[in-house]
Amino acid sequence: MKFCYFKTCAVLMMTSACLLSMQSCKPKTAQSAATGDAAKSFVAPGKYDEFYNVVSGGFNGQIGIYGIPSGRLFRIVPVFSQSPESGYGFSEETKPMLNTSHGFVPWDDLHHIALSQTKGEHDGRWAFANGNNTPRLARIDLTTFRTSEILEIPNSAGNHASPFITENSEYIVAATRFSVPLDDQNGDVPINTYKQHFKGSISFVAINPASGEMGIAFQIRTPGVNFDLSRAGKGKSHGWFFFSCYNSEKANTLLEVNASQKDKDFVMAVNWKKAEEYVKSGKAKKQAVKYAHNVYDEKTHTAISTVKNEVLVLDPADCPGMLYLIPCPKSPHGTDVDPTGEYIVASGKLAASIPVFSYTKIQKAIADKAFDGEYDGIPVIKYEAALHGEVTKPGLGPLHTEFDGKGNAYTSMFVSSEIVKWSINDLKVLDRVPTYYSIGHLSVPGGPTAKPHGKYMIAYNKITKDRYLPTGPELTQSAQLYDISGEKMKLLLDFPTTGEPHYAEALPASMLKDKQKKIFKIEENAHAYVAKGEGQAKVERKGNQVHVWMTAIRSHLTPDNIEGVKLGDEVFFHITNLEQDWDVPHGFAIKGANNAEILIMPGETQTLKWVADRTGIFPFYCTDFCSALHQEMSGYLRVSPVASNVALHFSTGSNKPAVTDEGSTTTGSPGAGTK
Amino acid sequence: MKLLKPLLTTSFLIAGCLFFVACNNENSAPAGDGKALATRETQNEQSEVHGSEIKSGEVELNTPLNQGWVANGKGIYEMKCQSCHKLTDERVVGPGWKGVTQRREPHWIMNMITNVDMMLEKDPEAQKLLEQCLVRMPNQNIAKEDARQILEFMRSNDGAK
Repeated sequence: MKFCYFKTCAVLMMTSACLLSMQSCKPKTAQSAATGDAAKSFVAPGKYDEFYNVVSGGFNGQIGIYGIPSGRLFRIVPVFSQSPESGYGFSEETKPMLNTSHGFVPWDDLHHIALSQTKGEHDGRWAFANGNNTPRLARIDLTTFRTSEILEIPNSAGNHASPFITENSEYIVAATRFSVPLDDQNGDVPINTYKQHFKGSISFVAINPASGEMGIAFQIRTPGVNFDLSRAGKGKSHGWFFFSCYNSEKANTLLEVNASQKDKDFVMAVNWKKAEEYVKSGKAKKQAVKYAHNVYDEKTHTAISTVKNEVLVLDPADCPGMLYLIPCPKSPHGTDVDPTGEYIVASGKLAASIPVFSYTKIQKAIADKAFDGEYDGIPVIKYEAALHGEVTKPGLGPLHTEFDGKGNAYTSMFVSSEIVKWSINDLKVLDRVPTYYSIGHLSVPGGPTAKPHGKYMIAYNKITKDRYLPTGPELTQSAQLYDISGEKMKLLLDFPTTGEPHYAEALPASMLKDKQKKIFKIEENAHAYVAKGEGQAKVERKGNQVHVWMTAIRSHLTPDNIEGVKLGDEVFFHITNLEQDWDVPHGFAIKGANNAEILIMPGETQTLKWVADRTGIFPFYCTDFCSALHQEMSGYLRVSPVASNVALHFSTGSNKPAVTDEGSTTTGSPGAGTK
Repeated sequence: MKLLKPLLTTSFLIAGCLFFVACNNENSAPAGDGKALATRETQNEQSEVHGSEIKSGEVELNTPLNQGWVANGKGIYEMKCQSCHKLTDERVVGPGWKGVTQRREPHWIMNMITNVDMMLEKDPEAQKLLEQCLVRMPNQNIAKEDARQILEFMRSNDGAK
């Protein structure tokens, strides 16, 4: 992703730096020009940030939680990727989270965030994210900052236009980037039969208003285009969804050239209220598919994966009035709806202008049948009939647009490395500010909702080049914070990010800070192998499986001496953290483990599977510094040959008589009694 | 982690002071305006939130013992306390419970159970115990009513009828 227009960026940067430096005597660099506003991003030690920023991690399959305006990283939430740090995807309880119809898939490409909304505003309950590669959706609980649920999407390949959300969290969507033969068809076809065999698919995933649980309500079968991005209508346009489509040429090779032949691709407008009616009236057909639905239960501390076999499908041919296409300049990327719901901004990434469509005009065009023919049976609305106007010469490579709630829009320009502020009403460019470099997404706190907070804006850049101390061939990805409270946008801060940030959302800290779960109540722990107190710690053999009910509390593990394990045994360490205080996790690791450590939160039970691959003594210990005696929080496991007659034995604080060099024995102390 | 807190707080204080000086030397820096400094001065105002303190004389002891409370207290003991406290006078992580109801006032015991952070901050006897045991007694998220039942179980353990 290193581009030749870095030079262009540098020139732009220098130009802007020069402009800024005009008023002072000595020349300033872009960096020093920003220091005057450093106080605006400074959050004093012990003070809180004003916003939580929920940032996609792209190819790391995780979500980063940052504070705004400080840019401090608080937490990395593993979603579609295993985390050897927490044990997510490694522990027996969390492995089912990553199950799919393809089996265990421990990685995905996480691109976009959608925070739950009520009446068009953030409600601080859940964050949703898409898995781009093996199509999936995830729900993250914002009281635990953990992944609670993952749903696979059938008939899809490349879940990119996802998981955008409706204004009351009725639905999130999943539209396929790659059209492919459907799951119930023979997919073994020549690739150049794309036009006959490849179909597009948009899934509407209903959100349970109480639990947040996701379920595929219905899918809409579409022509075999590529879906890119999407937004739900809001306010007056609630009930509609807008998707950008490219490759209306239906090319199956060298898309770089062949999918850019036509002057215009499309924005697809979906009347989802109408789609709901068609489902209710029985227009949807059942299709046999296979997809996994994985839910983590906070009481049993265990995930269950269920494979489902059916989906309801609407065919646009049976459902008039459900889909319309609006022509849009070459290969549109972001399709963003302003806070009022009236304007739909479609950024043609190869176009020289940004078209802004009007919801009212779209409705009038539909009523007047102002169509320009059909595309695969779907009416194409006349471009001019839907158009509010075009932002002319905004910059190069417009990608995404956010809003400040004051009538302004902010569009990221990938090719010219800048953000352009323009007025929605008269479409005039008001200000432009450089980004370092090659910005992708951008985020205004509350930006995609009906009520943006409009104080800050964050740019998520693809290239950092000279912004940080270099670290070999691979450099950190970077975000930049801007003050947008005034007429002119001002750069405040650079901060590094993890993975490759794509979309992010931010919401006020006050919505989440006081409802964080601090502990899991030990009384409510319903794990199948919980030990509620040391009295329940034990070791049992079931064939070649050995189950250890182990407890952890500052600063010992019980049991901490285990003998009688045989070579080849599968040992399951079920660790219950007996602590009931905030911020006191314990960890568990054992020599030779082929998976990871596990971190166990207060009141929680988690299980690490370990196979005895040789005879000998295997130390285990707590990995999370928990107290002054943390280094003492450890134990030993003895593995004997299969034919050995060493009996299964476990203890803490007492010993079998120890053998000394002289052969005499002494008793261990201090004794807590053998179990 | 808890044990490190005082140390961390101290280092923040020191860091804060150094920062202060640096700012004052750089009067021309726009960040050094009075407003920004005022924000910085307040940086250590955060205090831990404790439960409400149980006062001397607030806890009523009756005989005969409430056997229901003794049984419930024992259940909570086994789940949340037993890892560190034995019923004998033997110290494991924390002191054994034998004789605790003779050594300590009832409200002291209940504060130690429900309000351990406050006790370790204020109470000299609790602080002495921390010096001996070197592990801060965990806050086990025990409600006042549950602490009262644990106290009843302790009384029973000490032979009260």
